[in-house]
Amino acid sequence: METDTIAAISTPMGEGAIGIVRISGPAAFQVADQLYTGKKALAEVDTHTINYGHIQDPASGETVEEAMVSVLRAPRTYTKEDIIEINCHGGLTSVNRVLQLALRYGARLAEPGEFTKRAFLNGRIDLSQAEAVMDLIRAKTDQAMNVAMNQVEGKLSSRIQTLRQKLLETVASVEVNIDYPEYDAEEVTLEMIREKGTEVEQAIEELLTTAHQGKILREGLSTVILGRPNVGKSSLLNNLVHENKAIVTDIPGTTRDVVEEYVNIRGVPLRLLDTAGIRETEDIVERLGVERSRKVVKDAELALLVLNYNEAITEADEELFKLIQDQDTIIIVNKTDLAPEISLDQVKELANGNPVITTSLLKDEGVDDLEEAIRELFFAGEMEGGDLSYVSNSRHIALLEQAKRSVQEALSAAEGGMPIDMVQIDITRAWEVLGEVIGDSVQESLIDQLFSQFCLGK
Amino acid sequence: MSYHGGDFDVIVIGAGHSGVEAGLASARAGANTLMLTLNLDAVAFMPCNPSVGGPAKGIVVREIDALGGEMARNIDKTHIQMRMLNTAKGPAVRALRAQADKFLYQQEMKETIEKTENLLLRQGMVESLVIEDDKVKGVVTQTGAVYNAKAVIVTTGTYLRGKVILGELSYESGPNNMQPSVNLSYDLQKLGFKMERFKTGTPPRVNSRTIDYSKTEIQPGDDVPRAFSYETTKFITDQLPCWLTYTNEDTHTFINDNLSRSPMYSGMIEGTGPRYCPSIEDKIVRFSDKPRHQIFLEPEGRNTQEVYVQGLSTSLPEDVQHNILRTIPGLEHVQMMRPGYAIEYDAIVPTQLWPTLETKMIDGLFTAGQINGTSGYEEAAGQGLMAGINAAMKVLGKEPLILDRSEAYIGVMIDDLVTKGTEEPYRLLTSRAEYRLLLRHDNADLRLTEKGHEIGLISDERFARFEKKKAEIAEEIQRLDKTTIKASPEAEKVMEAASSSPLKEAMNAAVLLKRPEVTYAAIDALAPAEKELDADVKEQVEIQVKYKGYIAKQLEQVGKLKKMENKKLPEDLDYHAIKGLAIEAREKLSEVRPLSVAQASRVSGVNPADVSVLLVYMEQGRLQKVAAEG
Repeated sequence: METDTIAAISTPMGEGAIGIVRISGPAAFQVADQLYTGKKALAEVDTHTINYGHIQDPASGETVEEAMVSVLRAPRTYTKEDIIEINCHGGLTSVNRVLQLALRYGARLAEPGEFTKRAFLNGRIDLSQAEAVMDLIRAKTDQAMNVAMNQVEGKLSSRIQTLRQKLLETVASVEVNIDYPEYDAEEVTLEMIREKGTEVEQAIEELLTTAHQGKILREGLSTVILGRPNVGKSSLLNNLVHENKAIVTDIPGTTRDVVEEYVNIRGVPLRLLDTAGIRETEDIVERLGVERSRKVVKDAELALLVLNYNEAITEADEELFKLIQDQDTIIIVNKTDLAPEISLDQVKELANGNPVITTSLLKDEGVDDLEEAIRELFFAGEMEGGDLSYVSNSRHIALLEQAKRSVQEALSAAEGGMPIDMVQIDITRAWEVLGEVIGDSVQESLIDQLFSQFCLGK
Repeated sequence: MSYHGGDFDVIVIGAGHSGVEAGLASARAGANTLMLTLNLDAVAFMPCNPSVGGPAKGIVVREIDALGGEMARNIDKTHIQMRMLNTAKGPAVRALRAQADKFLYQQEMKETIEKTENLLLRQGMVESLVIEDDKVKGVVTQTGAVYNAKAVIVTTGTYLRGKVILGELSYESGPNNMQPSVNLSYDLQKLGFKMERFKTGTPPRVNSRTIDYSKTEIQPGDDVPRAFSYETTKFITDQLPCWLTYTNEDTHTFINDNLSRSPMYSGMIEGTGPRYCPSIEDKIVRFSDKPRHQIFLEPEGRNTQEVYVQGLSTSLPEDVQHNILRTIPGLEHVQMMRPGYAIEYDAIVPTQLWPTLETKMIDGLFTAGQINGTSGYEEAAGQGLMAGINAAMKVLGKEPLILDRSEAYIGVMIDDLVTKGTEEPYRLLTSRAEYRLLLRHDNADLRLTEKGHEIGLISDERFARFEKKKAEIAEEIQRLDKTTIKASPEAEKVMEAASSSPLKEAMNAAVLLKRPEVTYAAIDALAPAEKELDADVKEQVEIQVKYKGYIAKQLEQVGKLKKMENKKLPEDLDYHAIKGLAIEAREKLSEVRPLSVAQASRVSGVNPADVSVLLVYMEQGRLQKVAAEG
């Protein structure tokens, strides 16, 4: 178990502008040196030094990040293993890309608490901390399992199950040829494997590229705050940001006046759009013009529409409702500390099934409800791919890429005319890896499939 | 009335495929051994199909041979045909299968046992075990003989509280109307063993003279001489064919019409049958859309007209069986000689065993074969061999032999049994092995001969031959790694003959051999070895070079497994005292009592978090502490 090399982002998401990708294990140098270009290879620099260089994607040669890299050789490290820490300052997007690269080039995503676990196993931490570590392992794993359970109903899950079933049927057909060579089952040909493999490879590719969760992981759930002037948008923004320590980032390639801030609401990464605009003028429409604001709203994945409890619905409010139709929206009726003038029934009608929350941001009331509504919307799977927490996201991407590689290896083996049982080794591997995504990888199910699909026996 | 029968190191109860290997291994390893069987005419009897080997099973037979067991040698001397299966596929799944002359097979095995030093074969039915302080001390037979021993191996097969079911008829019986062993089962239950009830079945046998073979397809043996044992030098060339025919709509209609008379559906059978060996009535019910099923007609020997009807295992009444047979092309006028039947028997829940096959409850008591929930002669023989070895090692005060999942199919099987148990009669399949590519039939000797030699079952002479072969393989691989083949007209010719693309420039011989279509022979033609090598050396070189990438990948996985296998867990660990383990894991681990972290991780219901918790405890030396307190 501790023979492999693990990697993870070791700074909490959304808390600090610098992100550190930590790689620990026997292959730490091997992994990092594939990504790093600097004066010297990391394997050649002194231990406990910080080195300036660039992180590149070896496949494309593209520079991902300008980075300071700490080199810590075993045993004088936290885990007592070789550790490489890549300090990134380009915000979430690049930290995540660096992690993805590390995972692609030989590291495995660390499980919750795994650095600490290794530190413990390697005798770095004393006995008094043992119980705490185990509680951590227990709790985090259970949590991860809960997420996995949640995803069993999710879309990703059902698509993966379909893929797995397809692979399993192919595998079982090959197995029946092997274990029952005289049985009159159709002989699986390399051609059939190629066909199925290509199908599955494409499906995985699709999952990887279109899957929303990858984008959310890298960029956060893009969120726009809407409302007429003086309904409390900036209070809402400040409240979310204040409570959750935002990172302010200028996203290159966008207009400088659209500033975005990242917050982590109960495990949901939100990218709040146009926060500078809200702070300045309080009115996105006024500032950006109707057409542009419409586009910003349309591109957003979540809209937070703020209304005034102390005023009846106006035409402008109704315009905003039109703007957000077909959009995942949470309606916030703010200023409940003032007299009720708004018709909540009317709001509910206009909300058209979207959640309605009442708050008094001034008195700090109702913020919990709002955060809970965001969390629920995200995790209940109402948003496409939204049922993925940050960790399982990264894990899933790593696993999907691994599955894709296995299918590709099988395909190239089939191309090279390898015997079918060799080709199948990688097909089976892909099936197992996909099983890990949804937390189900039992060899026995292959045997079950074998006997339910074919009529075997003497 | 009882009397003192004698004193032995090891006693084997039963002389089926498991018992004979156990007895021979124990005696050959140097333990004074007694084999007791209830009928001397049933030694190594094949109550079901007259064949040995096949995918996975055939590899087990080779493993038995490499460890110094008997099955391979015995079938090499007594088969009526032999075939290599899966020849069109890769080396990992190729397997030999032989049709046996079941009578010669028995005779030959019995004689081998009779001629073995240290080994006494005697007829007698064991009624109970002698146990003192949870230690086995001997056995008592029906005739009152009390035999003392330091270890006892129980290999009762389907005899244990056996019950034959044939249509509406059922009676206590071993296979083929042999006497069942009843009291021993109750004795085991009294000792506290958890038992389960399994079922298996066999098809009818018919008279060859009454078969119209012209309506069937011939299935001959291979033209090339084949053998299971690495030591066999005399090959049987005079082979008998098998024949293939099919069931049809009439067969299926007739069976459907008579289902009400099937004990399978009337609730008469309570034992769990294997999915991989369904009866014909089962096949027709479960796969109703399949228009026909294969029926192989297999001679039971050279000196008999009896033919085994493979594919027609059934427990339907005798008259129905007769009529079913006659719906099948070639069998229209067939005479049935014995009806098929189902047999139920007692097995023990195998998670009650250590990986040595010694029971956890009684010191010195081993079980092997069908009593452990498996089915198949090869599975039985593999376990018998291991139980025989380990009983002898225990008695002689030596280290036990445990094979892991990367070393042998035998290891896969025993680990599955003792770690996961089995809900149905267990059969080995190649898909049960994670490292199939390492567990090939061609390298069983390379995997296991050294171990066989260490425990004393492989002679020094044979071991020297093996060492020579091993060295030759290594040298030849090294030579190929260093040899360059130049592009030449001659090379072009050879490449063309292999339907491979011509060499553009000089190429390393090993690299060239990696091309799927290029054989060792082609390389040898272009860059001949200094001296002519044996065929099996050439085969090894070709496989090891050609599949090097895949083999390396599996070896890397094995490396990880071994690390976890080396993390040993104390036998008497109190899992309930380990905080942090899930309740289910505590219970399952307490039951299985795994010997390593790797084994623990394979116990069903134990998840990765539990494994982490175990590791954390281990590292702190707290395991020992908990063990000492518990």
